[in-house]
Amino acid sequence: MKDLSVDNLLGIKQLNENDINIIFETADSFKRVINRPIRKVPTLRDITIANLFFENSTRTKLSFELAQKRLSADIINFSAGSSSLKKGETLIDTVNNILSMKVDIVVMRHPLPGAHQFLSRHIDAKIINAGDGTHEHPTQALLDCYSIRERLGSLKGKKVVIVGDIMHSRVALSNIFALQKLGAKVMVCGPTTLIPKYISQIGVLVENNLKKALEWCDVANMLRIQLERQDISYFPSLREYKTLYGLSKPMLDKINKDIIVMHPGPINRGVEITSEVADSSNSIILDQVENGVAIRMAIIYLLSSKINRI
Amino acid sequence: MKTSEVLNSLQFSHTIRRLCYQLIENHNDFSNSALIGLQPNGIYVTNRIKKELENICQKEILTGSLDITFFRDDFRRKDTPLIPSVTNLDFSVENKKVVLIDDVLFTGRTVRSGLDAIMTFGRPSKVELLTLIERRFSHHIPIRADYIGKSIDTIESERVTVNWEEVDGLDQVILHTPEEK
Repeated sequence: MKDLSVDNLLGIKQLNENDINIIFETADSFKRVINRPIRKVPTLRDITIANLFFENSTRTKLSFELAQKRLSADIINFSAGSSSLKKGETLIDTVNNILSMKVDIVVMRHPLPGAHQFLSRHIDAKIINAGDGTHEHPTQALLDCYSIRERLGSLKGKKVVIVGDIMHSRVALSNIFALQKLGAKVMVCGPTTLIPKYISQIGVLVENNLKKALEWCDVANMLRIQLERQDISYFPSLREYKTLYGLSKPMLDKINKDIIVMHPGPINRGVEITSEVADSSNSIILDQVENGVAIRMAIIYLLSSKINRI
Repeated sequence: MKTSEVLNSLQFSHTIRRLCYQLIENHNDFSNSALIGLQPNGIYVTNRIKKELENICQKEILTGSLDITFFRDDFRRKDTPLIPSVTNLDFSVENKKVVLIDDVLFTGRTVRSGLDAIMTFGRPSKVELLTLIERRFSHHIPIRADYIGKSIDTIESERVTVNWEEVDGLDQVILHTPEEK
């Protein structure tokens, strides 16, 4: 049956390979839709979606909003800065208040890991995780894998290295789960202080030397250094990080093979990746952004089709 | 289930040929026309007509395929999600005479969705509808075809299948009628 095995998108961990492939095939269709003269379909005209961002976001929020508008859904937006949270309202109360306005889907970003899991036990609306603390960011992982699939055809047996701050990155964890489910081999690379101690137990290779990692891989996903999550210093200086883990053109030239370079954005140009590399033909950073809309349309479409089948 | 043959292989090819000549009457040399098959089954009719027309006219005929999934009116009314097929239109339909093509015109709902879908590719100067089989008296909405291979009278519980030589080994149209209890 071509149907998702889940009712909410809480994380990649809950999906199986078949689910991911259904999402990809549906995204293929939506990618064609968003490249037509009229980039909109009327499918979700009777669905209402609430975007609840309890943590700042620019591109994910824009991408979700655009995906929802392209599907003709009605949307309401909420961001923590201007809400009653500051007045002491609980998460369930906030969400239930919004749901009583007859909302069908909740897209939520929340600073606490597991907030979506918790909410899914208490409300009926479909929930899409747009990032929960340092836990998961499933739509980012899906669009990353989709972008690799678009370039390489399939992920089976492909080698992907994720470079940077693995410890604080929800993008890294979701990517690891998604890549493994699709049959890719995953390595993480970065300073030991930024690599979780037990990560090798989930079948991930660990490498501290960027050059060796690049020689091994087909795809390098360069993560952003999250200065806002580093309350203590994990490396001596940004300059040292850049020297050891920044990806530059001379380094790419040295490894003697063509690898794909990705970045979930926003880029700290000149830190994890130089401008020359970010704008080179190896980079698929802008494809990732375009694919993000198609992937989010696919997820919203597939989950919506489960709402109170008429 | 009782089955009866609506069109045999010979009648099938005569019908396709007649439809082609009817198209030529209205579209002359097809210089500003496009044939667009509705996914999934309209594609077979479109390909056959394209082949026949190209034989007759000795020139290439512009064709494409259109998926109507996202424009359907039965979203959330099925047990599984509606999974889309491929749309293959690498040209604009702006100011073109478009012929939408399907194998069976039954309720008319697919064609209704097709009309909405085609408008997202531009504003055609004219849209016509060609169907190999028309099930008369079964339409749910007021949609009629401009070119009809064969019109048949059926009741709701009956089913029409179109077999294609390239898929099923034989060109044939069959009517399935449930046995009376």
